[in-house]
Amino acid sequence: MEKQNRRSFLKTSALIGAVATGISTKTANAKPKNILSEDRMGVLVDTTVCIGCRNCEWACKVAHNIPTEDRIKYEDRSVFKHMRRPQPNAYTVVNEYPNPKNAVLPTDVKVQCMHCDHPACVSACIVGAISKEENGSVIWDTKKCIGCRYCMVACPFQIPSFDYDKPLNPEIRKCDFCFERTKQGLLPACVKNCPVEALTYGPRNDLIKEARERIKRDPDRYLNHIYGETEAGGTSWLYLANQDFSKLAFPSPGDKPMPGTSESIQHGIFAYFVPPAFLYALLGGIMWITKKRNESK
Amino acid sequence: MEHFTKPSPVNKKFFTPGVLVLVLLALNGLIFLAGRLIFGIGAVTNLNNQYPWGIWIGIDVAAGVALAAGGFTTAALSHVIHKEQFHDILRPALLTAMLGYTFVALGVSIDIGRWYYIWHPLIMWNGNSALFEVGICVMMYLTVLYIEFLPVVTERFIGHVKLKSIFSFLNKPLDSLLRILDKGLSKVMFIFIILGVVLSTLHQSSLGTLMIIAGPKMHPLWQTPVLPLLFLLSAISVGFPMVIFESIIASRSLGLKTEMNLLSELGRMVPPILGIYLAFKIGDMVIRGTFVYLTEFNTASVMFVIEVLFGVIVPLRMFLSEAVLKSKPLLFIASALVIFGVLLNRINNFVVAYKPPYSYGPYFPSIGEISVTVGFISLLVLAYRFIVLNFPVISLPDKSFVPQSKFAIRGTQK
Repeated sequence: MEKQNRRSFLKTSALIGAVATGISTKTANAKPKNILSEDRMGVLVDTTVCIGCRNCEWACKVAHNIPTEDRIKYEDRSVFKHMRRPQPNAYTVVNEYPNPKNAVLPTDVKVQCMHCDHPACVSACIVGAISKEENGSVIWDTKKCIGCRYCMVACPFQIPSFDYDKPLNPEIRKCDFCFERTKQGLLPACVKNCPVEALTYGPRNDLIKEARERIKRDPDRYLNHIYGETEAGGTSWLYLANQDFSKLAFPSPGDKPMPGTSESIQHGIFAYFVPPAFLYALLGGIMWITKKRNESK
Repeated sequence: MEHFTKPSPVNKKFFTPGVLVLVLLALNGLIFLAGRLIFGIGAVTNLNNQYPWGIWIGIDVAAGVALAAGGFTTAALSHVIHKEQFHDILRPALLTAMLGYTFVALGVSIDIGRWYYIWHPLIMWNGNSALFEVGICVMMYLTVLYIEFLPVVTERFIGHVKLKSIFSFLNKPLDSLLRILDKGLSKVMFIFIILGVVLSTLHQSSLGTLMIIAGPKMHPLWQTPVLPLLFLLSAISVGFPMVIFESIIASRSLGLKTEMNLLSELGRMVPPILGIYLAFKIGDMVIRGTFVYLTEFNTASVMFVIEVLFGVIVPLRMFLSEAVLKSKPLLFIASALVIFGVLLNRINNFVVAYKPPYSYGPYFPSIGEISVTVGFISLLVLAYRFIVLNFPVISLPDKSFVPQSKFAIRGTQK
């Protein structure tokens, strides 16, 4: 590099600039689709109705070809002694919490992916395998997945789970909002199999209206809070309860979309590759000036 | 400027008792690595759905990238600002960076569930993902580092290509190929040197963006929107201490005289950078009011205090003292403290600060995880030793110049 003269330096710098611009237009087009349809679907979970029968757990496994225990075993309520979380072989689980208003009727809460409107996992995924679909589902292309588990780090609800014990092709797994079923006009398996209609499937906007209506109709029964309306920027799954959501082990991720800060930093640093290209030019300039100064010494 | 030294292979035996210990540690790590490949991540690690990332990300990747920052800081110092007197430390720093990033890449590959898909980000892009940015930059920078190291390889083999028997007809073409490569490289190397510095600034900072998306899952003492800046500043400030640290160790292990003048000069440049890092770290804490968490007594607050006090404040004070800069052991301790501070900072950010909303207990690395990490570090040191013994990396007194130069070798070599 000693033999570098000004002319060839400028030539190469110009070339690099051109390459950088070329790349930047490509990335601008390569952004993952971020559709937020007005008609996106959701589910309203009324925890005051849920009886903890765990039919949804069973139906979910059947719909996703996961081996299930005998159906009779699902009547065993001793599983509620410990809090359970979604697993690679259980995309949804029901947990039970004490009910301060009625000691004999505990509150049961179904847990699954919330299907955020601005999903952290979609923003985080290194290969862009996860996507928010027009109907509200957050699904993923397992063929792309490299198993880095960044979606698990990002998820504010701690939902994605991972096959830690598979040496080959371990998968990220979570609730897919029965994307294959809804595509054919079927209800999500859990909604279909709920015997007490604790789950209501419908357009998210209508569900919010319905939830408000229920709270208005029976203010003693419900806490005036629709969990998921604003949490983490809004989620497709919405919850009603008769007690504070923190008592039911719901996290408080705040009302802002989770990817907001990281994406603005990311796009600020890169901004169509202008800052990196500028830094490159600046360093090149310094390099050239200090070299000349050294030579004149 | 006159050069009394010339990078040359060090004439020493590879095996020593210390090297044997490293070999054993490396083997132990490889055994657990085989376990991971055969039985899956769950079999050898304590990772689970609550704690998806452990020390393989915190130490092998995040701290590995930070501690390899000596490569781009010395490249900027010597090539961009043209401080020619630091020429002698360039190649060792470059070698450390090259090996460091190689092991970062290995560390990532074994941590991800599908290691055979490590190339996916090359063709499957997600510009919103900080991890994608880190991944692409690290891959590009690793390539740049290999290119920057190529002249060392050509220098070693030009005029020394001596293949035996049936391959002997290749000697001439290979030699001329090396000469063409060497000549071409010297013309375009400046492109890669600047590219290396730019790529480093980019991914060192993006590594800090990684945990921002975890939001409230990360302890507020570390979770801040300025994390990328803190990561970049800490990486730059650990660059020179890392070079000092490894120079002192290498010269001791290889029986060479430490170039204290040079190292003191390097040490003199540490306080301003470390000071700016400390100012941002404390300033961020004051602005966000997170010092209230220091009144609690728990793992997070204790780790934070250790990190800032022993990893930043104490070494900063030490580097400001002339006596420390002039004394080899004290300079070594000060540098080791900065390294410790940055290592701990990365562990804190990725492991200690991560508090999942639902967990069945805290995460602590398993024997398998520790073994693999230690094994990788041992392999890195062994590779370093092998390369400096066989390639012209470390600057030794040039015999064609003044033999009684200040860089005289002590010990058995005469």
